[in-house]
Amino acid sequence: MTDPKPFVEIRHAQKSYGSLEVLKDISLTVQRGEIVAIIGPSGSGKSTLLRAINDLDPLTGGEIILDGVQVNKTLPHRQYEKHINGMRQQIGMVFQHFNLFPHLSVRDNVTMAPKLLKGISGKEADKLAEEQLTHVGMLERIDYYPSQLSGGQKQRVAIARALAMEPKLMLFDEATSALDPELVEEVNLVMKKLAEEHMTMIIVTHEMDFAASVCDRVLFMDQGVVVEEGPPGKIFKNPDMDRTKEFLRKHLAGSK
Amino acid sequence: MDIDLMLRVYPYFLEAAWVTIQLSVLTIILGLICGMLGAAGRLSRFALLRFLAAAYVSFFRGTPALIQIFLLYFGGPQVGIQLDAFEAGVIGLGVNIGAYMTETMRGAIISIDKGQIEAARTLGLSRFETFRKVTLPQALRLMIRPLGVNINAQIKGTALVAAISVVELTYTAQRYIGSTYKPFEMFLIAGILYLIIITASGKVISYLDRRVRLQ
Ligand SMILES: Nc1ncnc2c1ncn2[C@@H]1O[C@H](COP(=O)(O)OP(=O)(O)OP(=O)(O)O)[C@@H](O)[C@H]1O
Ligand SMILES: [Mg+2]
Repeated sequence: MTDPKPFVEIRHAQKSYGSLEVLKDISLTVQRGEIVAIIGPSGSGKSTLLRAINDLDPLTGGEIILDGVQVNKTLPHRQYEKHINGMRQQIGMVFQHFNLFPHLSVRDNVTMAPKLLKGISGKEADKLAEEQLTHVGMLERIDYYPSQLSGGQKQRVAIARALAMEPKLMLFDEATSALDPELVEEVNLVMKKLAEEHMTMIIVTHEMDFAASVCDRVLFMDQGVVVEEGPPGKIFKNPDMDRTKEFLRKHLAGSK
Repeated sequence: MDIDLMLRVYPYFLEAAWVTIQLSVLTIILGLICGMLGAAGRLSRFALLRFLAAAYVSFFRGTPALIQIFLLYFGGPQVGIQLDAFEAGVIGLGVNIGAYMTETMRGAIISIDKGQIEAARTLGLSRFETFRKVTLPQALRLMIRPLGVNINAQIKGTALVAAISVVELTYTAQRYIGSTYKPFEMFLIAGILYLIIITASGKVISYLDRRVRLQ
């Protein structure tokens, strides 16, 4: 817990859309292998923060550092593109709406990026697809197309696709919110498995039970700031801040 | 209706139909090239290219094709562009349909779900790699049908070059009316031949569309 060098470091992250300030000077660190949940009301800036980590939504101020390298460096356009593409290869991302490539088979969804960016081919690519799909329990659908899969299956393939690049860090933006309730568990199980394998993960979620059972630390965000953070036992059972209490009360009332 | 006359003269129309087919094929090829460049310009990162492409589209869609052809053929020599009628027809019509094809292609490209593009970028693909692997393969499938509509319009649009005396179907019909005084029969022959050409091209397009859709 006293690792001097954090694996992910966010320093004074600030983001505005015009006059709307969405992230207000957020600083936080994540250790290697740590699993952090971000919770908070709609519009509080959770997705914006997550998407700033791989520069999908660039910050207007502050720094993102992954394993000692600044992600959002200031560089001339061409150099920056090269730099950021390299950084993104190390950061897997899973979206609420899966975003699989509909024109590619499950196999090709998984191997497209490694083939293109890591130069693997043929047997090696097939092996990679088989491994990753086995990992998420989707091997038997390897030759299907995304349109032939259920939501939970799509999300598992999307996770396999991200893992195939062997990322150091995985970001999940409400990976189960678009799923029918009975399909949530299969995706949660895959994420739990990753947790057991000590993948570093930052998980934006509305599922408090999942956050409580999987995460090492929970961050509560509201209106662009991290209001409170701590171990799940603390945040869910005995939060310090009124805003956290109120959110949890409303949220738990809403989900029952 | 003088069917005998029609049967006697229609072979002379076949040569004209061949000219119409050549005009169609050449203008469609030129149009596709202009469309690709135009769409690339419309979607460019660079404001100047976006502006030029938008100006191209609004000029050629905002003025009659006939005026564009006249401008090129009759006005061209004044500014040092000497073209024969066939060349002027191909260039005028091709650049004109290119403006419509620009919008067709752009429409197909921008209709690709942004989430997929984000997913590709997140994996580390560059803009260009994302375009080549994710956007383009899907956009090509989507654009075949609407390009078919452009092509259908273009084949009919070749009739305009009769006005600068290119000996294609419409011009030929007019010429035979001059000697036979039978406009109904002559235009009917031309119409039937257009119908055959357009039906055939439509078949090719739906074949292509079906092929890419099935996989
Ligand atoms: N492209 C944009 N332009 C302007 N405002 C934006 C844009 N994207 C997000 N916002 C605003 O930023 C704020 C934070 O949005 P964000 O998506 O990060 O919230 P969130 O915490 O993820 O919410 P949810 O739980 O609904 O997903 C919101 O007020 C939103 O309206
Ligand atoms: Mg969100």
